Amino acid sequence: MKENIVIAIRLTLVCLLFFSGIYTCIVLGIAQVAPNKGVGALVKHGDKEYYSNIAQKFTEDKYFNSRPSAVGYNAAGAGGSNKGPTNPDYLKDVQSRIDSFLAHNPGVDKSAIPSDLVTASGSGLDPHISPQAALVQVNRIAKVRNLSVAKLNELVAAHTEKPLLGYLGTERVNVLTLNIALDLIK
Amino acid sequence: MISKKINYSIMNSEIVGILAMFALLLLLAIPLGRYIGKVFNLETTWLDSIFNPLDRLFFRLSGVNTAKEMNWKQHLTAFLTINLVWFLLAMFVLTNMSWLPLNPDGNPSMSADLAFNTAVSFISNTNLQHYSGESGMSYMGQLVLMLFQFISAGCGMAICAVVFFAMKTQSESENGEKLLGNFYTLFIRSCTRILFPISLVVAVLLLWYGTPMTFKGKETMITMQGDTVQVSRGPVAAFVAIKQLGTNGGGFFGPNSAHPLENPNYCTNIIQTVLILLIPISMVFALGYILKRRRLSWVIFGVMTFGFLLLAIPSVVMEMKGNPAIAKLGIQQNMGSMEGKEVRFGSAASAYWAINTTCTSNGSVNAMHDSVTPLTGMFAMLGMMINAFYGGVGVGFLSFYIFIILAVFISGLMVGRTPEFLGKKIEAREMKIAMIIALLHPFLILVGTAISSYLYAHDQATYGGWLNNPGYHGFGEMLYEFTSSSANNGSGFEGLGDNTPFWNIACGIVMLLGRYLPIIGPVAIAGILANKKYIPESAGTLRTDTTTFGVMVFAVIALVAALSFFPALTLGPLAEYFH
Repeated sequence: MKENIVIAIRLTLVCLLFFSGIYTCIVLGIAQVAPNKGVGALVKHGDKEYYSNIAQKFTEDKYFNSRPSAVGYNAAGAGGSNKGPTNPDYLKDVQSRIDSFLAHNPGVDKSAIPSDLVTASGSGLDPHISPQAALVQVNRIAKVRNLSVAKLNELVAAHTEKPLLGYLGTERVNVLTLNIALDLIK
Repeated sequence: MISKKINYSIMNSEIVGILAMFALLLLLAIPLGRYIGKVFNLETTWLDSIFNPLDRLFFRLSGVNTAKEMNWKQHLTAFLTINLVWFLLAMFVLTNMSWLPLNPDGNPSMSADLAFNTAVSFISNTNLQHYSGESGMSYMGQLVLMLFQFISAGCGMAICAVVFFAMKTQSESENGEKLLGNFYTLFIRSCTRILFPISLVVAVLLLWYGTPMTFKGKETMITMQGDTVQVSRGPVAAFVAIKQLGTNGGGFFGPNSAHPLENPNYCTNIIQTVLILLIPISMVFALGYILKRRRLSWVIFGVMTFGFLLLAIPSVVMEMKGNPAIAKLGIQQNMGSMEGKEVRFGSAASAYWAINTTCTSNGSVNAMHDSVTPLTGMFAMLGMMINAFYGGVGVGFLSFYIFIILAVFISGLMVGRTPEFLGKKIEAREMKIAMIIALLHPFLILVGTAISSYLYAHDQATYGGWLNNPGYHGFGEMLYEFTSSSANNGSGFEGLGDNTPFWNIACGIVMLLGRYLPIIGPVAIAGILANKKYIPESAGTLRTDTTTFGVMVFAVIALVAALSFFPALTLGPLAEYFH
């Protein structure tokens, strides 16, 4: 028993050194030669840099709106709503998001609103929307920015990321890079 | 017409995506199983030139005598002693994080009850988190938790190897006790030769796809609309690799792998999903290699896979179909039920992950389980209630072993033969242990849920704030929490306000019992059986490597799980579904 305790303590310290220390240092060392030195993917816009994977709050009519966030797009305290699928309060929230969307996008039929646009993501930081969610906002943005619908449709198509290798997963649009491109249109 | 076409292609690519994950998993698990078998058998492998010197260094620094073989009791003593040391280390670090180094965000130390819960959670390979990583954990804390992700997984694998050895018909014995290898050797080899190299490769892959690995603190930035936000970062890539591989779960960030820095794209999602099941399945093939009974491992794999698919397929279908309550609001649900899910994964990959993570003891999430449709929530709970369809690294097989013992005994009685497993007679003592372990899991879950429901219902003033959702779903939140604790899973219906003394202590105790007794039990059974006389197989032996026996094991699992949990599920997710 005593022998076990001594070994256990020594072995734990050796493991601590190796798995918390050396393993971390190796990955950290490799991070120094990785893209962006291991701080995450960044995207430049003018003199500013943003995290391309972190959703920003886009609620203004001139921008493609992001998905709702249960944590107010707080990237230092991410999270979902954790509302159950049949929770009446939750369904009221979704209804009010639908109403608000219809008010900001006159002429859009309710059945054309994709659910990802009115439901909160798991992290509250989902950087993407579905292509349909982008397309359904095109008329509004065209009017606000005085651009042609066709041009905006093209922009959305150009920013639509295909499934991995063409066959795996979802199609999606990164709202941040789409809006950056939108701001760059003269 | 055009939109229909788009839907069709999305639907297919989502399904093709999860098929690819499963195919890739099998492609990797079969050779890895062989490799794990060789590592446990102390055979030579191509990585020896690196790891032989490393292991020798480990042994010398910690004073381990690798030549000393142990019997099953000595294995358990070594296992429990080192786990106690880990608990004390974890308690110390978690309650002193605020002044220890590597705390750039100035996060606080934990209260005693939260530290107890977290310490137990990480040494028991559960990784239930009643805190949120961004604000409740310093980088030092995260690094020490990462240590436990390696060593709790490694010792699960070591103890599983002990049971494999005990199932061998020939091994050396001392004073009538069979010798089953050296615990420390098995443990270190699991950590250095299996967990470490795979984690390293995966961490680097994640890094390349944009997962952060830095000791810098939060960054403040101004968004395009002019809001000021802070972005949490940290040594994420190293942490995520091992938390997925060691069926640890949890996450660096609060929402785990739903967080876009923790799991940036579909490709990282494939990697992380495959890692969840990789070692649990490989262990089954390692069994076949060590015992030289390939057929037996295919039968076990078949039963596990059948059960897994029974839970996974309907979950994927339910989530892709969408939430009926949302459909009533008249909007489009082409992507399926999207509350709590991320667009880059979609509903199919999220539902598939949910079943992966609950069938094993992983418990990290890439979508919020509290928001999935009622039946998917139920299938996730069932995965944890059964806890043997693949199961956690090492311990998953131990749970399955209990069901094998029960099935051998029951089928023996049914056909009127002596119940024998691999040439050893199963008698009353082993059956008693097996029954206690099989019933412990429902006992912990149902008693815990009953107590919490009582408190909630009878003292709304004190406990009314627990639940984030009313009615059946609220009950489901409590049931899920105890299920997850007892299964050492760690996922949650996270709406539950669980950082309170009641939940911290109750879940802590359940996790302790749910970890250590289901390890002690199977090791004891296997050890006792190993010491018995070997009866050569004959025409009268009940064969255990046949489909018939596989069906029998599945029936036992279904009976134990269905009978004990059906009433509770009826009050929770089933009621919510039919309401």
